[in-house]
Amino acid sequence: MMRFTEEHEWVRIEGATARIGITDHAQHALGDITYVELPKVGRTVRRGEALAVVESVKAASDVYAPLGGRVAAVNARLAESPETVNAAAEGDGWLCTLEGFDPTEAEALMSAEQYAAFCRA
Amino acid sequence: MKQPTIFERSVAGRRGVTLPRLSPAEARGPLPVPPALCADAPPDLPEVSELDVVRHYTLLSQRNCCVDTHFYPLGSCTMKYNPRVCEKVAALDGFAGIHPLLPQLRGGGALTQGALEVLWRTERLLCDLTGMEAFTLQPMAGAHGELTGLLLIAAYHRAQGRPRRRVLIPDSAHGTNPASAAIAGFEVVPVATGPDGTIDLADFEARLTPDTAAVMLTCPNTLGLFERQIREVAERAHANGTLLYYDGANMNALMGRVRPGDLGFDVLHLNAHKTLSTPHGGGGPGAGPVGVKAALLPFLPVSTVEKRDDGTFALNYDRPQSIGYIAPFYGNFGVLLRAYTYLLALGGDGLREATDHAVLNANYLRVRLRACFDVPYDRLCLHEVVLSAERQARAGVRAVDIAKALIDAGFHPPTVYFPLIVREALMIEPTETESKQTLDSFIAALEAIARRAEEEPGSFAEQPASTPVSRPDETKAARDMRLKA
Amino acid sequence: MSYVPHTPQERAEMLAAVGVSSLDELFADIPEAFRLRALAIPDGLCEQEVYARLHALSRKNTHALVSFLGGGFYDHAIPAAVDSLAARGEFFTAYTPYQPEASQGTLQAIFEYQSMICRLTGLDAANASLYDGGTALAEAVMTAIGATGRNTVVLDGGVSPIYRVMIRSTTRNLGINLTELPAPADGPADRAALAAALNGDVAAVLVQNPNFFGTVDDFTDLAERVHAVGALLVASVYPVSLGLLKRPGDMGVDIATGEGQSLGLPLSFGGPYLGFFAVRQALVRKMPGRVVGETLDRQGRRAFVLTLQAREQHIRRERATSNICTNEALCALRATLYLALLGRHGLRELAETCVRKAEYAKRRLAQIEGVSVRSRAPTFNEFVVELPADAGEVVGRLIDCGFAAGFPLGRYYPERANCLLVALTEKRTKADIDRFATALEVAL
Repeated sequence: MMRFTEEHEWVRIEGATARIGITDHAQHALGDITYVELPKVGRTVRRGEALAVVESVKAASDVYAPLGGRVAAVNARLAESPETVNAAAEGDGWLCTLEGFDPTEAEALMSAEQYAAFCRA
Repeated sequence: MKQPTIFERSVAGRRGVTLPRLSPAEARGPLPVPPALCADAPPDLPEVSELDVVRHYTLLSQRNCCVDTHFYPLGSCTMKYNPRVCEKVAALDGFAGIHPLLPQLRGGGALTQGALEVLWRTERLLCDLTGMEAFTLQPMAGAHGELTGLLLIAAYHRAQGRPRRRVLIPDSAHGTNPASAAIAGFEVVPVATGPDGTIDLADFEARLTPDTAAVMLTCPNTLGLFERQIREVAERAHANGTLLYYDGANMNALMGRVRPGDLGFDVLHLNAHKTLSTPHGGGGPGAGPVGVKAALLPFLPVSTVEKRDDGTFALNYDRPQSIGYIAPFYGNFGVLLRAYTYLLALGGDGLREATDHAVLNANYLRVRLRACFDVPYDRLCLHEVVLSAERQARAGVRAVDIAKALIDAGFHPPTVYFPLIVREALMIEPTETESKQTLDSFIAALEAIARRAEEEPGSFAEQPASTPVSRPDETKAARDMRLKA
Repeated sequence: MSYVPHTPQERAEMLAAVGVSSLDELFADIPEAFRLRALAIPDGLCEQEVYARLHALSRKNTHALVSFLGGGFYDHAIPAAVDSLAARGEFFTAYTPYQPEASQGTLQAIFEYQSMICRLTGLDAANASLYDGGTALAEAVMTAIGATGRNTVVLDGGVSPIYRVMIRSTTRNLGINLTELPAPADGPADRAALAAALNGDVAAVLVQNPNFFGTVDDFTDLAERVHAVGALLVASVYPVSLGLLKRPGDMGVDIATGEGQSLGLPLSFGGPYLGFFAVRQALVRKMPGRVVGETLDRQGRRAFVLTLQAREQHIRRERATSNICTNEALCALRATLYLALLGRHGLRELAETCVRKAEYAKRRLAQIEGVSVRSRAPTFNEFVVELPADAGEVVGRLIDCGFAAGFPLGRYYPERANCLLVALTEKRTKADIDRFATALEVAL
């Protein structure tokens, strides 16, 4: 199940790992993505801390950790193909995974319906 | 037409410059640097003749718009005419040919009296222009001036025994303000802009804390508007022990009309390449002289130029409270020399005349263009006016499209998408050196573009069409990162 | 002089259009109490008067000394074509190339400049220029700290004392731990002292080649040691020397910076100069300043644009890699013209000429009784001699004979008060050197 933040990140809990990315709405607003600065594997982040940076030609946007935890893996293909985020922001364009997080933090985030309503507003 | 790079013009064995021949005594023996310390081959530079070079770069130059060929109303950049007498002066051997270490030699000060006098007199003129107590001419650009000014502010608070960590900066400010504050070691606190386009006084007061070292203001701000509440801002800041920093990027709006020092500013920088008409050079060199009130004088960078009782000039290195060295020597002397020449040529009356006409030109554009473009803050502006292409954008013609259409109409575009607080911003700074005829033809071009945006919004996509290249693929550039030949 | 074109009638028409009756009314927003009646600056002068005044001031400077003064700033010849092309209004009256279609000339020239700096340094990418060699080295400190997340910087004693104080001043409020090593004796960088300063907190080691005393080095061994602790090696280099010497990139240097004044820029009493900055590929996105990249336009034609702008202050504000905006584009253009004119063989020949002239001067000066060459290792175009008297005083005496004899080291190194740093360029003839040696002998 996917959950969403007001800063346009998504998180999907897959057992003991949480996969994180930016939403399709966010990639569309940013335009062509040219570079993604990913966190170091092993780094511990708190919820709300800047986790990654997504760059387009004329903008650089921070991606904030939707959950606290430890970075378990990063999406290495983005180094060569940042456009994957444009093509599949909520799929192959994921940014990183976390482990050691608190699942109740995820429950506090928006559902898909709530996020869709948030974007409309 | 295909435009090769200089490397593509290279032909093995061709030479451009011949060097003086060594005498037999100098040429004798093996090269004194052993091969282990040397490169395996000569550097991979082009092999071209002098004519190849002259033709190549002359052709390149013709692929530029510039003030000499085009109206260049780039907002916040003050693209005024660059008088040629300044170039002639800067090329004089007695200025261009002097080594900066000369005055540091014993008796060497006597060899550079003319240069030191230029620096000293420039400082005095800038003090008179801005109402400050003293200047350092060392900063080599506006952002470098900001950094210097902020280092002075940090030193001032340290000397008071209470270092402060925060700097307040309006959200309409140039990006260099927050970037400079960060490099000077400060935390940046943004301040909101009020509905009239000037600083939101309530927000400013709410963010002013005992830890606030300085507030940085651009005045007029990037909307071209005078900060009407400057007196209140200055009073609140000073009552709090906070210093007021003046970003002089827009000083062309105020010369001879008001002095930042009189408004309560404690530290400021000027952009010589904007207000004082030194050429922009395609992105530099500039100069960013920094002026201070008396309280900050002890912290100015080393060295300072002083006039002795006997009328001679000397460099003073004995400045124990100084922030130190921010330039290798005395600043961008060649640029400062042009600025001094310009100040002398215009004089007090001419500087005021320049400001008056820069402001007149901007307001003329504002009233003539408001029928076809939105003017988000439509009141008397100073040296520049910010329009919004939001109306056109609703039909699919964005600020960038208007900019490109202007190129085809024979004008360099204004600054677009800045300030960030105006949607689809077109920031127009005409400067005083442009005539009514030029402004009228620019207005006519923009009116035609606005009409076309209504009637044929789809007709902009292929513009510009008159330039050597059409719109480049910037995404490809950022992804491929081809940064060298 | 007035460069305002408005006639009284045009001014009246424009004021009427704006809806005000006078120029004064345009400034109604300025509180009355602050409004200025007039500046206390004298009225303007005509071109003839201004020029006469400035020309007279220029004559109060002495530029005709036979100069052996260097210290990182050299009296090289400037080909006439450099002045002529850089004086084209199309280049010098344009602004930063924000509108690429209207700025292909500047953009391509910067691209060629970046390419030449990469080829000279042996590194992967260069920016469009920084203010000078000193600020470039200070920026390299920031880059290294940003890239490694570490906080200690080791400054070798061979780095110019002018740059050392600049780095100290500009980084003062950032909590950086600067480890400054003493000046090396009369040879290359002190490997033992550098090794002792290396540890896991070190972000970068800063060295210079040739060092301030003129000594040439090869940092290949040092690069290995620096990389072994996860730090970066930064080298400030003299670009003319790269016509001959091993390139920093080939030594394992990660960031090369330097002063580009020697590449066709007049000495001009300290500026404007040119800071160049080149890095390995891995550091490209940490690099400060503007960068030009190659791409295609809509018709598939080659085009150049400012790129990687998301690093810069106008987008990232307080989190930018640097605060730099205006740089030294016209100076970079001069360097490009200079390097194109000199070319592959010209720059090599120039470097060899400088080395040989310096070597001849060494031999010649060493013949003077009481004068000895202090530099023990190979030098490039500059070297240290020890005099039997205070070098500052001797230099003062030689000024009266028409020579700028060099830079007395006592100014920065009080224990070396008798030492003189002597620089040679292709502009000094054998006759100059011989006359200088004679004058020095007399002055002692």
